[in-house]
Amino acid sequence: MTPRESDTIISAAAGTNEGNQELRSRSELTAKEVMREVGAVLRMSEADAALLAEVEADPGEDQTMIINMGPQHPSTHGVLRLMLELKGETVLRCKPIIGYLHTGMEKTGESLTFMQGGTNVTRMDYLSPLNSELVFSMATEKLLGIDGDIPERAVWIRMLLSELNRMSSHLLFMATNGMDIGAVSMMLYGWREREIVLRFFQKVTGLRMNHNFIRPGGVAADLPADWRDDVMSILDMLPDRLGEYDVLMTNQPIWRERLQGVGVITQAEAIALGATGPILRSTGLAWDLRRDMPYLHYDELEFDVIVGRYGDAFDRYAIRLNEIRESMRIVRQILDRVPRGDYRIQDKKVTPPPRARIDESMEALIHHFKIFTEGFKVPEGEVYVAIESPRGEVGCYIASDGSPTPYRMHVRAPSFVNVQALPHMMRGGLVADAVAVISSVDPVLGEVDR
Amino acid sequence: MGIVRNVLDDGLEGLDHNFLTGRIEDLVNWSRSRSSWGATFGLACCAIEMMGTGAPHYDLARFGMEVFRASPRQADIMIVAGRVSQKMAPVLRQVYDQMMEPKWVISMGVCASSGGMFNNYAIVQGVDQVVPVDVYAPGCPPTPETLIHAIETLHQLIEDGEIMRRRAKSGAGANVHIQEVPAGITTPVILGSR
Amino acid sequence: MSTEESATPATLFGCLLGDSRGQAVLFVPKQSYMSTMKNLVDNGYEMCVDLTAVDFLTHASRTLPDSIAPERFEIVVNLLSLSKRERLRVRVQVSESDPLIESLFDLYPGTEAMEREVFDMFGISFSGHPDLTRILMPEDWQGHPLRKDYAQGRIPVQFKGAAS
Repeated sequence: MTPRESDTIISAAAGTNEGNQELRSRSELTAKEVMREVGAVLRMSEADAALLAEVEADPGEDQTMIINMGPQHPSTHGVLRLMLELKGETVLRCKPIIGYLHTGMEKTGESLTFMQGGTNVTRMDYLSPLNSELVFSMATEKLLGIDGDIPERAVWIRMLLSELNRMSSHLLFMATNGMDIGAVSMMLYGWREREIVLRFFQKVTGLRMNHNFIRPGGVAADLPADWRDDVMSILDMLPDRLGEYDVLMTNQPIWRERLQGVGVITQAEAIALGATGPILRSTGLAWDLRRDMPYLHYDELEFDVIVGRYGDAFDRYAIRLNEIRESMRIVRQILDRVPRGDYRIQDKKVTPPPRARIDESMEALIHHFKIFTEGFKVPEGEVYVAIESPRGEVGCYIASDGSPTPYRMHVRAPSFVNVQALPHMMRGGLVADAVAVISSVDPVLGEVDR
Repeated sequence: MGIVRNVLDDGLEGLDHNFLTGRIEDLVNWSRSRSSWGATFGLACCAIEMMGTGAPHYDLARFGMEVFRASPRQADIMIVAGRVSQKMAPVLRQVYDQMMEPKWVISMGVCASSGGMFNNYAIVQGVDQVVPVDVYAPGCPPTPETLIHAIETLHQLIEDGEIMRRRAKSGAGANVHIQEVPAGITTPVILGSR
Repeated sequence: MSTEESATPATLFGCLLGDSRGQAVLFVPKQSYMSTMKNLVDNGYEMCVDLTAVDFLTHASRTLPDSIAPERFEIVVNLLSLSKRERLRVRVQVSESDPLIESLFDLYPGTEAMEREVFDMFGISFSGHPDLTRILMPEDWQGHPLRKDYAQGRIPVQFKGAAS
């Protein structure tokens, strides 16, 4: 068959082999190199690590097998590729290879205005998009110098949406975690609850996902009139359902056998690797940015920080389940606290005017035009702001040069750093636990690769 | 159909024959469209909406598509859900090649259809650069209703048989011929330009 | 920890301590990078939250304290002290002619992936890094995408986009 002119051409030179990014076979590495990673994380000296290398019986090349898991895989939570070195069923080494979802978002961010930046960052962590938008907006506001002038209503609306997003993200974790471990019906239950939260988001922001609702200066629109009823119906429905999950999973022997003692990480390892969020809290350290370095008005609310003890996958599951309960508690407190007022700052240079004003006032029309086409200028400087997303600390570093677009926009994605913990959690475990470990880390590849 | 009229008039007693005849082509197309299995190719945000479409509220099971097979050997429809990066494109092609004929592709979302909002060095501007697409579903991400509409459109195309006829006529099957591109071209970007 | 206030600018471990919108920024010269980071680790900054870089090719006139000589690249390290609940940002100037700096892997193993990303996106090498390969782009990719002289790679489309 002769190729036709209209045939698509792809580069045959590019294969799926990623060369040096892949796991190299044991024969290519010295014992020192193999143990170096372990030694650094365990804070051992190189001499001790070398001793450990000798003690760990060096299997011959013919006894180990390097297999590839992903990037297209039902259980890798997206396009994560893992190369595992197995001896029988035991995982000796693991190397995550990422970049299969690299979207050039930081480069795109340099050509979008600060008003449009939300559409970009929201697609990084697509399970908690409102948190990504929030951190970007907070960084922009800090650069503008208006971070103390955001109206109260806007701040409380932001907190409400952020907590509801945490709930929907953790419900999705419950669904995918259940499915990965084998409780497939959990996928259906988790989504059933998540749908109700997404419907609320659709009512408020217009979209189920990737909302671009939290913008520099406040939020894009006011809450609908009956929002309290909708939130109350979510809060009334969830506790019983979470109780059902406890019955289905938490106390079930198979669940416990599969998760307890699997994917253990110690506190020192977690801090050394920069892991935050449920991973760090599962090791026993009660670090939650909402309580320890409060932002918005979290210091005025009462909530607990859930902490684990063993640093295993079961702790992380239990932490997330109870964080849903804590988020519900926070939302209940927020319900009474949202004041009347503006939903975005009334600074004409930053906030577009209400649509009706455009017909009446020339100045309003010009401001609208300038803000939406050229964008508002942000003074020169650089700032790093971090908040607590469902996965850990998400931070936004913006360096501005005085123009309407960021000069450099970098998002510190929690999953990017948490994925580094995977090799340490999997080492010595069974390959069947690999899926449980990945699921307990709950990575979102959109923010890993950006 | 006569049988339907008979049953409506007289109930099951009205069935005076228990044979169903039809052309093999029609029966095969009907069964293919009603029991197509999807290959999991969820990449990014669209994958979440795809999972939502399989979830109870929107329920793909009523269209026979609840089963998402991880192995491409067992799948019929590949729903490319999400943005395809440069690193992922050869993987996409490899998975597509491993699927058995007849196979179809739904490009879900604007990133898969055209590159979406990411018109840059990192994203393939439309998966039709890599695999032949049958149905494009727009949206960022498409709501489950949009995805169901796209799937049903594809099911209708399969049931009508038009797709298979076109492929048989051109002789190319579902395949796309690849021309060897000389190695060394790995940067599509012209330095210094916007 | 030595700080001198009033007329003389504040310093920390001999490096200039500045302020950016209320956030503490430490300007560290490349030659004292490792020793300063070691001091910071020993003084309570247990976690390295983020390591990234900025390419100032098209904004060479950025505001810097007088004693700091601007270079093309800047490595930005964000540190977090869990015990003191404080953040500190470290900025190191890296020149275009010698895009090489020491790796923080031995102090903060979590920087392994971050430094690989900086290498991939900017082309800055980290000496002492256990595995300095590309992480986000394919292995045979040419160029470093986040540099300012690397185009965004847009393909022309039929409508006029808002971004220039």
